Amino acid sequence: MLKNFKHEKVETNAGVLLVLTMLAISAGGLVEIAPLFFIKDTMENVPGVRPYTPLEQRGRDIYIREGCYTCHSQMIRPFRDEQLRYGHYSLAAESKYDHPFQWGSKRTGPDLARVGGKYSNEWHVQHMIQPKSVVPESVMPNYPWLMSPLDYADIGDRMRALRVTGVPYSANQEEYQRNVEKFGADVAKTLHIPDARNILVAQAQEGNFDGDRASVTEMDALVAYLQVLGTMVDFSKIKPEDLVKYR
Amino acid sequence: MADHTTGPSPASGAQTTGHVWDDDLQEFNNPLPAWWTYGFYVTILFALVYWVWYPSWPVGAGFMTGIGKVTYVNAQGEEESWHWNTRAKLLAETQEASALQKPYFDRIASLPYEQVTQDPELNSFVVSAGKALFSENCAACHQAGGQGKVGFFPNLTDDDWLYGGSFERIHASIAQGRRGYMPPYGEAMSAAQLDELAHYVVSLSGAAQVDAAKAAKGKELFNSHAGACYYCHGDDGKGRQDIGSANLTDQVWLWANVPAAEGDAAKLDAVRKVIASGLDKGVMPAWQGRLSAEQIRLLTLYVHELGGGK
Ligand code: HEC
Ligand code: HEC
Ligand code: HEC
Repeated sequence: MLKNFKHEKVETNAGVLLVLTMLAISAGGLVEIAPLFFIKDTMENVPGVRPYTPLEQRGRDIYIREGCYTCHSQMIRPFRDEQLRYGHYSLAAESKYDHPFQWGSKRTGPDLARVGGKYSNEWHVQHMIQPKSVVPESVMPNYPWLMSPLDYADIGDRMRALRVTGVPYSANQEEYQRNVEKFGADVAKTLHIPDARNILVAQAQEGNFDGDRASVTEMDALVAYLQVLGTMVDFSKIKPEDLVKYR
Repeated sequence: MADHTTGPSPASGAQTTGHVWDDDLQEFNNPLPAWWTYGFYVTILFALVYWVWYPSWPVGAGFMTGIGKVTYVNAQGEEESWHWNTRAKLLAETQEASALQKPYFDRIASLPYEQVTQDPELNSFVVSAGKALFSENCAACHQAGGQGKVGFFPNLTDDDWLYGGSFERIHASIAQGRRGYMPPYGEAMSAAQLDELAHYVVSLSGAAQVDAAKAAKGKELFNSHAGACYYCHGDDGKGRQDIGSANLTDQVWLWANVPAAEGDAAKLDAVRKVIASGLDKGVMPAWQGRLSAEQIRLLTLYVHELGGGK
C-alpha cells in the first residue's frame, strides 16, 4: 500500500492535507501537554496562594481588556539576570487561579509578575494616566479613561464563571466553610459570591488605590490587582532547594 | 494537469520527479547534498544524547530525569545534588556568583559606612552595583539621576533631607519606607487665615515679596493651638526629621511648586493649596524583604553619595 502512496495525493487534495496537518500538530501538542496531567510534582505545594478578591479580579479583567499583556509578561524565568531584575522566579502554584494565565513572552515593558508592593498606589495612578510623567523615556500608552467608574454589577457572574473552571469561590455556606478551613476566615470572606459587590466596594474604599475614596473606579481595581501580583508567597519561609525538587 | 513520465528531462537531461504542470513545467529530483544529509543524522544523534543527559520523556507519574546532575549548597550548609534542571542550575549559579561578590559585600557589611566611602575599591563597587540597583528599583520614582520630581518624589541629590541624610536615617528610609502625613486645613481655617499662613510660610524662605502684616498674623496662627504647624514643622519652620515634615525655610520645595510658579501671587497660591488640602501622598515603599540586607546597605551608601554625604 505504501508503495502506491504518492505525496502528490496529499499535495493536490486540500482536505487530506488539512486533516494530516492537524494530526501532526496534535501529536506534538499531546506529547508536550498530556504528561503534565499525570506527572505528580508540577505544582509546588506552597502556602499563601489564594484566588483574587472581587476587586482584584475586576482589575485583572481590565488588564486583559486593555491588552497590557501585549507588552508585559508575568513569568519570571529561572535565570540569574531575571532573578536579579525582577525577583524570585515564578512558581506554577502562583498562577493556579489564573484563567487564562498571563505568562506571555512579549516584553516591550518589564515583567510584572512581582510588581506588587514595588511602587506606591500614587505612582501607579500617575503612571497609568501618563507614563511619561514619571518615566520620561517610556513608550507605554496613556490610560486616562481608567479614572472612570467601575462597572461591578456583574461581578457575581464573573466569579461564578471562574468557579466552573475550578477557582474556589464559594456560592453557598458549605463551600464557604471549606474556604475558611483552607484559607482562613479573612480570605474566605472575600471569596464569597453572594457578598461580592459589598466586598468589592469595601476593599476599594479602604485601599483607596486611586486616591479618591468617594467613587470606585477602574483604576481602583487595576491598581489593587497590580499591587497583589507576586506577593502571595512568602519566599523567606521557603528553602530554595525545596523548589528545586519540584522539577 | 500532471502526467507521470519519470526520467531525465528532455530539455536539460536532469532527473525529474515526473510531475508536470502546465504542459512543460517539471520538478527536478536532485539528491540532497551529502553534508545536509549527514547533518540531519547528526541532529538525530544529538537528540538521543540530549534525552539521556537532560530530563526528557514522561514515564507514568514521573519522567526520565536524565543523568546530568547539579550540585548546590542547601539551607543546612551541606552540598546536595539533584538532577539537572533550570531551578537547580540557577541556585548553583547564584551561589557561585555571590561567592565572587562576597568579599566585597562582607567588607561592606563589616566596615562602618564611613570607612567604606574612604576605600577607593569598595567605593567604585558601590557606585557601579548601586547604580544598577537604583535604576531598577528607585529610578521610576526618584528618576534616573535621583533628582526626583516636584509634586511627587523628593530629590535625593541635594543635601536637603526630609528624614535626615545620615547613613542611619537613609538606611531607615529605604528599609522601612516613609509616608509623610499633614492634615488638611481647608475646612478648619477660613480663606483669610489660609492666606495669612501662606504669607508667613513664603516669608520664611523669602521666596516672594509678602505683605508683612499678613505674615505676622500667619506666624501667630502657625504657632497657635489652632494651627499647630509648629508642632510638626518646629517653631522656626525648619521641620522635624523624625516625621519628615519639610523644612519650610529653604529654597527646596517638594509639594508646593514655588520655584516654578511665576509671580508672587502664584507662589503664595501654590503654598496655600498645599496647606488647604494637606498631604498624604508621599509614599516611599519599604524595601526590607524585597531587597536583601546587603543590597539595602549598598543603596544606603549609593544614595548618601548622591546627596553629597552628610
Ligand atoms: C506599548 C506597550 C505597553 C503597553 C500596551 C502597556 N505597557 Fe506598561 N510598560 C511599558 C514599558 C515600555 C514600560 C517601562 C517604562 C515605564 O515604566 O513606563 C512599562 C512599565 C509598566 C509598569 C512598571 C513596571 C516596573 O517594574 O517598573 C507597570 C506597572 C505597567 N507598565 C503596567 C501596565 C498596564 C497595567 C498596562 C495595561 C493597562 C500596560 N502597562 C500596558 C509598555 C507597555
Ligand atoms: C513609589 C515611588 C518610590 C520608589 C519606587 C522609591 N521611592 Fe524613595 N521616596 C518616595 C517618596 C514619595 C518619598 C518621600 C516620602 C515622604 O514624602 O514622606 C521618598 C523618600 C525617600 C528617601 C528619604 C528622602 C529624604 O529627603 O529624607 C530616600 C533616602 C529614598 N526615598 C530612597 C529610595 C531608594 C534607595 C529607592 C529604591 C530602592 C526608593 N527610594 C524607591 C518614593 C519612592
Ligand atoms: C501632623 C504634622 C504636620 C502638621 C500639623 C503640619 N504639617 Fe506641614 N507638613 C508635614 C509633613 C510631614 C510634610 C511633608 C510631607 C511629605 O513630604 O510627604 C509637610 C509639608 C508642608 C508643606 C510643603 C513643603 C514643600 O516642600 O512643598 C507646607 C507648605 C506645609 N507643610 C505647611 C504647613 C502649615 C502652614 C501648617 C499649619 C497650618 C502645617 N504644615 C502643619 C507635617 C505637618
